[in-house]
Amino acid sequence: MFPPVPNPTTQLKSPKFGEHDLIRRSASTVTPPAQRQSEVAKLIDVSKCIGCKACQTACIEWNDTHPEVGVNTGIYENPHDLTPDMFTLMRFTEWENPETNNLEWLIRKDGCMHCEDPGCLKACPAPGAIVQYSNGIVDFVHENCIGCGYCIKGCPFNIPRISEVDHTAYKCTLCSDRVAVGQGPACAKACPTQAIVFGTKEEMKQHAQGRITDLKSRGFANAGLYDPPGVGGTHVMYVLHHADKPEIYAGLPSNPRISPVVEAWKGVTKYAGLAVIGLAAATGFMHYLVAGPNRVSQGDEEAAERLAGEERRP
Amino acid sequence: MNMELSRRQFLAATGAGFAGTALGAFGFGEVETAHAEAIRAFKLVNTTETRNTCPYCSVACGIIMYSKGDLRKGEQAEIIHIEGDSDHPTNRGTLCPKGSALLNFVKAETRLKYPMVRRPGSDKFERIGWEEALDRIARLMKDDRDGNFVQKNNDGVTVNRWTTTGFLAASATTNETAFVTYKVVRSAGMLVFDNQARV
Amino acid sequence: MTNSWTDIKNTDLVVIMGGNAAEAHPCGFKWVTEAKANRGARLIVVDPRFTRSASVADVYAPIRQGSDIAFLLGVMNYCIQNDKVQWDYVKAFTNAAYIVKDGFAYKDGLFTGYDETKRDYDKSSWDYVIGDDGYATVDDTLTHPRCVWNLLKAHVSVYTPETVERICGTPKEKFLKVAEMISECSTPTKTMTSMYALGWTQHSKGSQNIRSMAMLQLILGNIGVRGGGMNALRGHSNIQGLTDVGLMSNLLPGYMTLPTEKEVDFDSYMSTRGFKPLRPNQMSYWQNYKKFFVSFLKAMWGPAATPENHFAYDWLPKLDVPSYDVLRAFELMNQGKMTGYICQGFNPLLAAPNRTKLTASLSKLKFLVTMDPLDTETSRFWENHGEFNDVDPSQIQTEVFQLPSTCFAEDEGSLTNSGRWLQWHWPGGTPPGEAKTDNWIMAQIYVRLRDLYRKEGGAFPDPIVNLDWSYGDPGEPTAEELAKEINGRAYATVYDPSDPTKVVAEAGKLVPSFAALRDDGSTSSGCWIYAGCFNENGNNMARRDTSDPDETGAYSKWAFSWPVNRRILYNRASADLKGKAWDPSRKLIEWDGQKWSGYDVPDIAPTAKPSDVGPFIMNPEGVSRLFVRGMMRDGPFPAHYEPFESPVTNFVAPNVRGNPAARVFAGDFAQFAEPASQEFPYAATSYRLTEHFHYWTKHVWVNAVLQPEFFVEISEELAKERGIVKGGWVRVWSKRGSIKAKAVVTKRIKPLICDGKPVHVVGIPLHWGFTGAAKKGFGPNSLTPFVGDANIETPEYKAFLVNIEPIAGPVA
Repeated sequence: MFPPVPNPTTQLKSPKFGEHDLIRRSASTVTPPAQRQSEVAKLIDVSKCIGCKACQTACIEWNDTHPEVGVNTGIYENPHDLTPDMFTLMRFTEWENPETNNLEWLIRKDGCMHCEDPGCLKACPAPGAIVQYSNGIVDFVHENCIGCGYCIKGCPFNIPRISEVDHTAYKCTLCSDRVAVGQGPACAKACPTQAIVFGTKEEMKQHAQGRITDLKSRGFANAGLYDPPGVGGTHVMYVLHHADKPEIYAGLPSNPRISPVVEAWKGVTKYAGLAVIGLAAATGFMHYLVAGPNRVSQGDEEAAERLAGEERRP
Repeated sequence: MNMELSRRQFLAATGAGFAGTALGAFGFGEVETAHAEAIRAFKLVNTTETRNTCPYCSVACGIIMYSKGDLRKGEQAEIIHIEGDSDHPTNRGTLCPKGSALLNFVKAETRLKYPMVRRPGSDKFERIGWEEALDRIARLMKDDRDGNFVQKNNDGVTVNRWTTTGFLAASATTNETAFVTYKVVRSAGMLVFDNQARV
Repeated sequence: MTNSWTDIKNTDLVVIMGGNAAEAHPCGFKWVTEAKANRGARLIVVDPRFTRSASVADVYAPIRQGSDIAFLLGVMNYCIQNDKVQWDYVKAFTNAAYIVKDGFAYKDGLFTGYDETKRDYDKSSWDYVIGDDGYATVDDTLTHPRCVWNLLKAHVSVYTPETVERICGTPKEKFLKVAEMISECSTPTKTMTSMYALGWTQHSKGSQNIRSMAMLQLILGNIGVRGGGMNALRGHSNIQGLTDVGLMSNLLPGYMTLPTEKEVDFDSYMSTRGFKPLRPNQMSYWQNYKKFFVSFLKAMWGPAATPENHFAYDWLPKLDVPSYDVLRAFELMNQGKMTGYICQGFNPLLAAPNRTKLTASLSKLKFLVTMDPLDTETSRFWENHGEFNDVDPSQIQTEVFQLPSTCFAEDEGSLTNSGRWLQWHWPGGTPPGEAKTDNWIMAQIYVRLRDLYRKEGGAFPDPIVNLDWSYGDPGEPTAEELAKEINGRAYATVYDPSDPTKVVAEAGKLVPSFAALRDDGSTSSGCWIYAGCFNENGNNMARRDTSDPDETGAYSKWAFSWPVNRRILYNRASADLKGKAWDPSRKLIEWDGQKWSGYDVPDIAPTAKPSDVGPFIMNPEGVSRLFVRGMMRDGPFPAHYEPFESPVTNFVAPNVRGNPAARVFAGDFAQFAEPASQEFPYAATSYRLTEHFHYWTKHVWVNAVLQPEFFVEISEELAKERGIVKGGWVRVWSKRGSIKAKAVVTKRIKPLICDGKPVHVVGIPLHWGFTGAAKKGFGPNSLTPFVGDANIETPEYKAFLVNIEPIAGPVA
């Protein structure tokens, strides 16, 4: 058995990572730490997943979100999509394998992949609304978020969702608050079959190899690890029985990449973007923004703050 | 933390336990930093832990309940979080979608808080005090037993049975409740007696 | 469970049939995934639906609900025909060699002695030939034509793969694949585990479903070994405990039975419970029955139970019918023969079959008392909730008390899981409002009743006023006091009969185990199989030591497992006739020439020689039973019977309808649809979904989010045939009721071809009602027939007939 996530502490502990460990900050320049922390990863073994939705429950309970009680529309996905209150979702696909004629019920836990090269962060025009720690966690900072929705456009996995309550973007934090005190994410702790495990990225890759060997012994010749290079690899990875066909798992992209639009824009002068968005929210202005160095001068930062400050004032 | 909970032998005993795993080996520096602005403060700090088992299915997963206030100190205790107990041999900290949401069973809006009575023909429940409710129930039971108790059958055999009031026992009460229930039900001579093993 | 959840990791093959462990027991299912990941174990799922268990199976085989016996006897036949039998085990540890009486036979679906008017058998021929020495006659060569083995071989021979396909709708090649994988576990070094639940019990032949698999496991040598066994997953957290403690109409604690009125006195009661060994040297452990029975009576009535009054034997009520189970209770209510009903943590309005009948029955009561932590439909059966509970309160004269009880988080005590582990838990939260513990409520009712009898007298007050109630606070016995009472104590010092100088238990002390119990009134024990749970060593149920030498999965120092902390029942069968493990890599206990020892508490006297004493010590034979004599109402062998409502007639016995020995009340038979009914052409089944737990979690908004609304599941083919669309509304009706639901149209249900004709399956989950946080909805019990298993009256929830049609949805 993979070692279980330990029980949480009730003692006050210093967090194991923080501002010092940022390697990226949206619309800003950061000085990366001299030494990068061990990269973490969550490994989701789709072949062990029983679709029980314990991950969804644990996520709701830990993060104190409050998704609505919906209706049945003839499917097992509930809620029907990711929402600002549902950071992770089991997606169910009934797939008849043409090679065996057997039905396979493919169940994939959807949610933020914590890309090494995060499209959301790169698309984000709001300084510090999205950050990436040296351990690989990509996190949203709600007080800096302006709700423009560019993170959704930048995300090759269609993950973030904008809240209609506070107009900011939400997604899985990889339970940064738990990881910060040496815990695993709530979903990984809860997962009854350890289809979700958590550890260093290296360890997760090793663990995945063992799983792939087992799957191959059961006739899944194309079993493999999903750690897509198009986004620099991810800090949430999948073991798939049919790694040659990720798209059969409810449309998992076979080669996810950051949109060329976002890539072109990655050097934008963020404060200008911020101002523009503030004035005319999400009107596709991204196209007009001029490519430039991915650095922001002290003066620019101050100007941005000033502009943003003015914008926020009623 | 209660005494039972402090005996965290499990992870150590299994060898490949926590200490040797990824979580212990992240290589986090000892640098003391303030919480990053994005990271929530850890919500279980200074809560009281109590070990329990999940009341749903018969796997009987170990759980830990985190409360504000400590019953053992005579305080009011409000449970604010429940998660799996990693020291439990069966569930190893995991919980299913029901078990993971136990907090909202404990705090469900439809938890019953007061004894209620519905009078014959009425279309509503009304509050009733415990004393009044229990007195009335005991009276109804006694009147029925006195009226319908069968001491001897037609052949003159002592049978001492009461079949006009029945008891359905539960499926999730403790063994101790089960036994005290057994004593009360059987001593009264009840035969209409079942539990939820079948459904 | 004969084994435990953690032991499943030791298996080579998991067969999930009659259950859906991944959905209903996800964290126990973890040990299946562990066996798969670490041992390369394989998983077979046999189910009418492609469940979430099936989604991670190596082989899935569809089966028509209610045809499991045909399937399993087919596998047995396959094993026998292909010599896939663990012969040494079968010869030594089963009754294969026992000679059966000449009168016994099976023909046209019936065993000898059937009386159609009584729907019952004269079972006198269902027995062994008893020799002049008083022992059963055996033929160890298995050549005698009347030996159990040869009768079994003939009995199962009809269930060929072709016949199985015709009855079950399982494609022959799928069946053969399953049979082949199972048969490989007949070697001593390969083992299989059976995981089942209400998918097997909720049939009119539920007990025989389970017996079929138990017999197969015996033929393969898989009982008593690590990674093997018959593992009843069980539904609720303490339904094992509630049954162990005997909270059923005909039970006493510890699987002793209540007297019937034919047992007019103590001696006649004991005369049928002597359990003399049927073979030389056998232990026949029930010979100790009297010790456990007297100790129980002492726990009930303490000093008032004396040798002079036969320990108050007469104070126990005597049965005039086999049992007053929940079905009979509602039948009596419906006939106007009951006054009051008390429901403790049980919601029968949704849990018992034929809801129309239930509502009519409850409406005839004078009073109803409910005790629950959550609101229930039963406590509000009189309240109008539109189409979801269409009643007129003014016409219902029942007085209803709804008493609020604490929940797990607020009370203390032990629960027994399906692996027989008694685990203690502690309270951590303050109860809401005026909610009280169940112990308090029961004690308060009792004390009032007792005081009324003391004051007023009345009908035979003796058993009530003399009940032993010596608790510190008579108004609220503590969990600890009750646990000690269950364990038992010595009134006088108990000595070892083989060495009278040796003290087994001192006067006034808790007994160490049931070995210390006596039949002279010097000991008490509320539930003998639990003795040892709380003894002078302390509360063993509260133990939390996680050590597990050599990682066998036993965890012997975690909590307490009944009996006597044994983790695997019949574990002596894990070793051969010399006492050596069949599979050295899965050693459990072994004989060292002097005694038995190993990883578990031996299920045999520690010094019993392996060649003399059989492993099945509770049976007077000392061996297990492939032929069960007269102990089952519906036959000493299982036989295929159709459900009472079946889409086909019985292929192997066309004249037999349902289980011929099942009890059916007169009015209910008229409410069954005809076999192969045109009016109700579809085969329905009920089940749980992983997102919910029975009728509880609809009160938990988080679970209501995960599965908000009642639905039924049908195949794409049936949807097309009836013009039903995914997510559309449908009406489903049976001969007893009608419900509305959303439709989930899925590839996971496919029509089964039975005897050349397609059978469509309609799946009906059971979690909705008219209280709680989820959308209001219906349950399958609005549709299900009022009939139970022939032996234990578990309602036939898993196989019944319905019709279905698309309807316009409710106007929003």
